[in-house]
Amino acid sequence: MTATAPATAALALGDDALVLSHRLGEWAGHAPVLEEEVALANIALDLLGQARVLLSMAGDEDELAYLREERAFRNLQLVEQPNGDFAHTIARQLYFSTYQQLLYTELAAGDGPFAPLAAKAVKEVAYHRDHAEQWTLRLGDGTELSQERMQQACDALWRFTGEMFQPVEGLDADWADMETRWLESMTDVLGRATLTVPEGPRSGAWSAGAGRQGLHTEPFGRMLAEMQHLHRSHPGASW
Amino acid sequence: MVTATALEAELLELAGSVPDPELPVLTLQELGVLRAVHASGPDTVEVDLTPTYTGCPAIEAMSTDIERVLRAHGMREVTVRTVLSPAWSTDDITAEGRRKLQEFGIAPPRERHDTGPIPLTLGATRTLAEDTDPVRCPHCGSADTELLSRFSSTACKALRRCLSCREPFDHFKEL
Repeated sequence: MTATAPATAALALGDDALVLSHRLGEWAGHAPVLEEEVALANIALDLLGQARVLLSMAGDEDELAYLREERAFRNLQLVEQPNGDFAHTIARQLYFSTYQQLLYTELAAGDGPFAPLAAKAVKEVAYHRDHAEQWTLRLGDGTELSQERMQQACDALWRFTGEMFQPVEGLDADWADMETRWLESMTDVLGRATLTVPEGPRSGAWSAGAGRQGLHTEPFGRMLAEMQHLHRSHPGASW
Repeated sequence: MVTATALEAELLELAGSVPDPELPVLTLQELGVLRAVHASGPDTVEVDLTPTYTGCPAIEAMSTDIERVLRAHGMREVTVRTVLSPAWSTDDITAEGRRKLQEFGIAPPRERHDTGPIPLTLGATRTLAEDTDPVRCPHCGSADTELLSRFSSTACKALRRCLSCREPFDHFKEL
């Protein structure tokens, strides 16, 4: 890759997919029911496949995944947030997969370097988004307790959603339009789930666009330590 | 498509006859993942393979199997390339492939009538006899089936249950 702009964008998209894939993988052995265990692992696998293609566009996939320090990662702060309870995981999925579907649909329609991957991934992401939406409806319009916890989760993660629409160098997309459509989609889904669209700011002065610039929240360092531990302890290990 | 030489046609058939590592009732040709074979010399060949899902781990086993079969046929240099575009769709599964899936106990994917990267419209979770295009139980043929999970034993399948014979089954979901 000669130009730097596609590499920057490949890292941003690739790191989003890689980090969220790892977070979802943490549910293995802990999901509330077996079907969810399988669903979350399958979504994680789709994201890992996307991450491999994207990181390979920016360099050596293993080196990039396992040997970079925290500050070199370009993922959104949203995807690195801990799984929390099941509602938090679903809210994170709803926010992110809706964004990813909008972005990949735009990229797939263009003729840039990301079009082939986006055209493929957008079909997978449609299932991820549907999964998140179905759960949002069930939890929101469920019991008093499930609604309360789903609302708490939506509120807690809301402040990380503004960053998604900061333009990324090398990606040809109408960010403002995507943000409008993302907000419309949230209003629609949360409304049907009898939930309230959170009111707080969608980014803080301390965080706007920060993940894309390598600034991450505290739990990310611990996640990376676990993710990179094996490779760093046993370089070149294989089985 | 560029006209293939006799050698390329022969190699394409050989590579296409390799069984899918996860669904061994299907060949790679029936699954629709084998895109092209280019012979750049009498014993040098490049094979274009496309993954079903971006993260499908079976692609590595497929590549190894293709290399083995073509080497056994006298090819000294076999390169298997992964191509993403155009994106694979379940519509690429051949009619014979669909029939075999059904026989194997997996409900075949319904045909998609749209093309391109437009996101799927995902339908209702339960299908009924009066639906125009229901997911039928591969065991008893009933159209009255319901979705248990959009994700099953592999990324490409959904888990359903037949409401007539009560058997659970995998459905190769539309992509």
